[in-house]
Amino acid sequence: MFAKTTKLQRLATAGRARRAFSAAPLVTERMNMFTALNDAMRVAMETDPTAAIFGEDVAFGGVFRCTVDLKEKFGEDRVFNSPLCEQGIAGFAIGYASVGRTAIAEIQFADYIFPAFDQIVNEAAKFRYRSGNQWDCGKLTFRAPYGAVGHGAHYHSQSPEAYFAHTPGLKVVIPRNPAQAKGLLLASIRDPNPVVFFEPKALYRASVGEVPVGDFEVPLGQADIVRAGTDVTLVGWGAQMRVLEETADMAEEAGVSCEVIDLQTILPWDVDTIEQSVRKTGRLIVSHEAPKTGGFAAEIASTIQERCFLSLEAPIQRICGYDTPFPLAHEKFYLPDALKNFEAIKKVVNY
Amino acid sequence: MALRFVSKSLARGHRRFAPTAKSMSTVVGYGDFPGGQKVPYVNKLTVVDPKEKDVIPAYRVLDQQGKIVEGGSLPEGLNEELVVDLYKNMVRLNQMDNVFYDAQRQGRISFYMTAFGEEGTLFGSAAGIKPRDMVFAQYREAGVLMWRGFTLDQFADQLFSNEDDLGKGRQMPVHYGSRELNYQTVSSPLATQLPQAAGAAYGFKLAKEDRISICYFGEGAASEGDFHAALNFAATRDCPVLFFARNNGYAISTPVKDQFRGDGIASRGAGYGIPVIRVDGNDIFAVYEVTKKARELIMTEGRPVLIETMSYRQGHHSTSDDSTRYREVSEIKFWKDTNCPLTRLKLFMLEKGWWSEERDVSLKDTERTNVLQSLAKAEAKGIPHISTMFNDVYKEKPRHIQEQEQEMLEHLAKYPDHYSSTGH
Ligand SMILES: Cc1ncc(C[n+]2csc(CCOP(=O)(O)OP(=O)(O)O)c2C)c(N)n1
Repeated sequence: MFAKTTKLQRLATAGRARRAFSAAPLVTERMNMFTALNDAMRVAMETDPTAAIFGEDVAFGGVFRCTVDLKEKFGEDRVFNSPLCEQGIAGFAIGYASVGRTAIAEIQFADYIFPAFDQIVNEAAKFRYRSGNQWDCGKLTFRAPYGAVGHGAHYHSQSPEAYFAHTPGLKVVIPRNPAQAKGLLLASIRDPNPVVFFEPKALYRASVGEVPVGDFEVPLGQADIVRAGTDVTLVGWGAQMRVLEETADMAEEAGVSCEVIDLQTILPWDVDTIEQSVRKTGRLIVSHEAPKTGGFAAEIASTIQERCFLSLEAPIQRICGYDTPFPLAHEKFYLPDALKNFEAIKKVVNY
Repeated sequence: MALRFVSKSLARGHRRFAPTAKSMSTVVGYGDFPGGQKVPYVNKLTVVDPKEKDVIPAYRVLDQQGKIVEGGSLPEGLNEELVVDLYKNMVRLNQMDNVFYDAQRQGRISFYMTAFGEEGTLFGSAAGIKPRDMVFAQYREAGVLMWRGFTLDQFADQLFSNEDDLGKGRQMPVHYGSRELNYQTVSSPLATQLPQAAGAAYGFKLAKEDRISICYFGEGAASEGDFHAALNFAATRDCPVLFFARNNGYAISTPVKDQFRGDGIASRGAGYGIPVIRVDGNDIFAVYEVTKKARELIMTEGRPVLIETMSYRQGHHSTSDDSTRYREVSEIKFWKDTNCPLTRLKLFMLEKGWWSEERDVSLKDTERTNVLQSLAKAEAKGIPHISTMFNDVYKEKPRHIQEQEQEMLEHLAKYPDHYSSTGH
């Protein structure tokens, strides 16, 4: 692991820091993921008077506390509850952004984004293209908690990123820890394209870390090499990064050096970083919670196979959720945990 | 004046089937539920049946013979100059529809949709709002864009998806848009523009602009979930938006009896707490007046309004549709002959001495010639440069799209004769 300040400085400078960090040690504050997201929204609202936050139950602070105190700070006009209707939230947000204002719209669970699928895929994603760049809704971000949470079953556990990754015009972003969450969310809110931002809800409280204070961004479209290694490349995003780090620890004990990469942006994704890593290691494992068939690992595997055919020492492995709905009692068995990933490492190393 | 009369008569509403049990029920207290306003308790079981309510009346100024109705008057703001201008635009739209409908039949453009029968609705409402107001259209509202100054050349360029099309040749014909004219680009998915119009209006409200959104949609589109979303959002956020339903009796082949069972679209406003006005859509004066009035209400009361115009889709749904397969030719003829918005206005103008048959014939000729000229010009232009196909997906061009563009250009260089850039 990098020393605390070095790692964060790297993060901040990579993120086109809005502030000059110079040689002075970076000022950070200890936060969990929901406070980091809250902090990002506070900065976004302070720096952009047109920004508004809305969704189901956001006014009292949100069911995951992400919008706590924001209504008190910025007023009822800018932080407000919407009626319980996801297609309405999405359509309203698109219209608000279409007149040049910043919309930060919350979908309470990623599992409930599907009623808004039409607005996001047919409208938001195509808004600029179809009008010949006369109109756009780029100042729009959809935030939604996603992923396993221990007991979420079918409708409080889903990871729908691959559905959106199939839609030109959208950006899809997923952070892995509080610092990344803050920097990536600020970058998403300010990106001139509509962004779907999935937050690993299992980490809202569980992930705690030092977060740079004030205004800073982590750039979209760039993967982050979390740990350098030489034998196998492990790629994932969001909550799965914890699993992959655990896997890498297990591999290290077994004498295998893993390069662990957080993709961060699912669309458009950072092919270069993965390609360079695989050219070096010759082995790739992609892991996500979402079901295997049609999951985003398939896109990565096929692209890397095209680009790194001669460097590959073993077939690319996809360690994913099974092709079933997300189960309740069997969650432990369903998830692509560290042991399943470790088995994949053994397989590619011994191939 | 006249409008106030409409709402009063509504309030007094004479019940056709006054239920006796109901009339005997007495209020025995009030409940202060968080889920309702103060709700009266009654001592008789009461079924509220919409069938027992009066049909919401449609406001009318001009009758079918082109005469001002009893007690009515030419709406304030309309004078000879404006009325003649409105009529000229209706004729222009008609000629444009005739020419391009035929052009599609000849295979010169890929698709077209006419607005026959709805000219009064379009120009009446367009004249009743302000140029800065933001239009969210469905697709049968070219007249609104025309009133704002979109030229025949611009329409033709879009229809031919040529290099001068503001939309860069990417969408089907009739999917017009103009940033300059505050007309958001049309898209095919029905009703999606409704919640968007509410969101834009909310933006105008926070910016404290003297500006509304006006959102057009058909009675068929009003069955989509986005209609519900939009009205509820607009009401709860007090958005300055005018929802403008064009009830023309059909959604492609589907008559309204298969579309809904309530009293049209207007009756739904109450459920959302939104004031409604129903209007005779074949009467351009009435449409103009109610639109102006609605805009005024929206700005003074700070809340949305719903207008339902009653008219008839005289043309086929589109060039892909033959409407005689699901409705009688005699029905179409009846509406054309007895209730056409153009004829009504023309009769009024003739009677006033503001118009003559000679001017009418020559106007039609001129406009037809103008449209034909625009068509010829647009047809002669090429399609946008091939590489523009990769622009505007995002504001910037991501690397994977740049690579795909490069791949395509290399492929074309290899097979230069294989891909024609003409035709559709
Ligand atoms: C979401 C969606 N479903 C279906 C269609 C196909 N479609 C196009 S127009 C139309 C009928 C619309 O009727 P209405 O809203 O009454 O408008 P009108 O054509 O009468 O002006 C249908 C079903 C579509 N474009 N979008």
